[in-house]
Amino acid sequence: MHKPLYSDPADHIESTDPVRVSRYRGITRLNHWVTALSLIVLALSGLAFFSPHLYFLTGLFGSGQIARWLHPIIGVVLFFSFLLLFLQMWRLNLPKPEDTTWVSRIGDVATGHEERLPEMGKYNAGQKFIFWAMSVLIVVLIVSGIMMWQQYFAGLVSIPVRRVATLVHALAAVAIILVFILHVFAAFWVRGTLRAMTRGDVTGGWAWRHHRKWLREVAGRSSKGPAE
Amino acid sequence: MSDTAPQPTTAAANPPVQPLESNLLPSDVVRISATPDVPQPTRQLTKVAKLIDVSKCIGCKACQSACVEWNDTHPEIGENIGSYENPHDLTPDMFTLMRFSEWENPATNELEWLIRKDGCMHCEDPGCLKACPAPGAIVQYSNGIVDFIHDNCIGCGYCVTGCPFDIPRISKVDHKSYKCTLCSDRVAVGQGPACAKACPTKAITFGTKDDMTALANERVEDLKSRGYENAGIYDPEGVGGTHVFYVLHHADKPSIYSNLAENPRISPIVEGWKGVTKTAGMAAMGVAAAGAVLMGLFTRNKVEPEEEEAAERLVQDREGI
Repeated sequence: MHKPLYSDPADHIESTDPVRVSRYRGITRLNHWVTALSLIVLALSGLAFFSPHLYFLTGLFGSGQIARWLHPIIGVVLFFSFLLLFLQMWRLNLPKPEDTTWVSRIGDVATGHEERLPEMGKYNAGQKFIFWAMSVLIVVLIVSGIMMWQQYFAGLVSIPVRRVATLVHALAAVAIILVFILHVFAAFWVRGTLRAMTRGDVTGGWAWRHHRKWLREVAGRSSKGPAE
Repeated sequence: MSDTAPQPTTAAANPPVQPLESNLLPSDVVRISATPDVPQPTRQLTKVAKLIDVSKCIGCKACQSACVEWNDTHPEIGENIGSYENPHDLTPDMFTLMRFSEWENPATNELEWLIRKDGCMHCEDPGCLKACPAPGAIVQYSNGIVDFIHDNCIGCGYCVTGCPFDIPRISKVDHKSYKCTLCSDRVAVGQGPACAKACPTKAITFGTKDDMTALANERVEDLKSRGYENAGIYDPEGVGGTHVFYVLHHADKPSIYSNLAENPRISPIVEGWKGVTKTAGMAAMGVAAAGAVLMGLFTRNKVEPEEEEAAERLVQDREGI
C-alpha cells in the first residue's frame, strides 16, 4: 500500500449528509494554536524592540525587562512547536505540477474564480508558500536569535557577526509578520477555512471548491476501508 | 540655600565644603535612546573631555582602584594568567581597565611596553545610544557625556552590538548594562572623574575639550621632539570625535595598543538595521495589514450551494461503488 498523494491518512469523510470532511486532528490543532500564540507573543514583544513607537507594547508583558527575558524563551517554544507541525505537514506541501498553473493564474485566485484553476490537493500553492516561508524564516530567526541572546549566549559569536545576526533577525521578523498577515487574511477571506483549525473539519462544498483533488482522494479512500 | 555647582575644568580641584546643587540636569540631555525629537536644551554646557596620555602611563592601576571605589563596584578577585591585566576584561563591575601589550618596534628593534587605559570613549555620535531600543536607557548630555540610566535598561545587549569599541558589559546579576559614566555624578557637582584625580603621573587629565586638545597638542609636540615622529592624537572622526581621547606615541598604528580600533565608526550594518530596515519594515507591515483589512472587508471567497451539492454527489457516488 502506498501513501496517499494529496491527503493525510487521518483525513476522512466525517458525515455524508451534509458532507463534512475531517482536515486536522485535535492534537494538530492544539499544536497549531500553540505555534500561533507563540508567534503573536513574539511579534508583539519583538515589535516593541523594533521601533520606539511600539515600545509601549512591553506594557503587555509587565516591563521591558520581562519582555526582553520572555521573547527568546517563547522563540524556543515556537521553534519546537513549529517543528512538530512541520513533521506532520511537509510531505503534502511538496511542490506539484499544478502549483505552477495555480501561481500563473494568481489573478483568478485573487478574484475568486476557482473554476479556472486546476484541482488542488490538501494545499494549494499559496498555502505551500506560507508553509515553506514560515519554515525557512523560523530557522533563520532561531539561529540569528540565539546569536543575539544576551542572557545565555552573550559570547557565542563575535560582535561583528552579532551585528549581522541582528540585522538578519530584524529582516526575517518583518518577513514573517508579512507572511503571518497573509496567512490570517487568507484564513478569513476564504470563508469556511477557520473551522478546519477550530472544529477540525470543513464542509464538502469548501473541499470541492478549494481542494477537490484532496476531497476525491479522501472520498475514494473512505469507500474501501471500514466505515469508522 | 545652596549654590549650583560650577562646571568642572579640572580633576585636580578639591571638593568644596559647602553643599552644591547638581549642575548636570535632565534638561541638559541632547540625545535619548529610542526617543526621536528630543527637545533641545536652552543652555549648552561646555564640552568636557578626559585626555589619556599613554606615554605618561606607568600602569599602576590607581585609576582602576579609584573607579571601583567611587562607583562602589565589587569586581571579583581575579587570577593570574600571566598578564598584568586584572581583571582580564572590562566587566559590569570594572568600567576601566589597563590593557598591557608588548610590542617590538621594527624601527628600533626594541620591545615597547604599551599600556592603554580602556573604557568608554564617550563618542560624540554614540553607537550604543543609536542601537538601544529602550527609551531613556542611554542619554547624552550637552557636555558630551554618554550615560546609561539603569532604571530604563532592559538588558538586551543591543548597546554591545552598537558600540564600535566593545565597551558595555551586561550584568549577570541585574541584567543591566554598565560602563564608564565619565563620573557624571562627580561632574554634576563640579568635580573631575575619579580616575583622573587619582592618576599619579597626570597621564589622565580632565577639563574642557578645548583645553584638553591644547594640552594634547603640546604633548604631541614634546613627544615628537623626543623622537616619536608618529606621535599624535586619537580623537576619531568616524564617531564625531570622542570625549575620552588619547595621546599615542605611535598614533599611526592604534591597533598595537591592545587592538584600539583603527577607524572606529558606527557599523553600517547597525546604521542599516536602525535606519532603512526600520522605516521600510514598518511601512511594509502597515501597508500589508491595511491591505488585508480592506480586501477582507470588501471581498470574500465564498462557497456556493451548488458546490455543496457537487461534493455530496461525489461522496455518495464513491460510497456507492
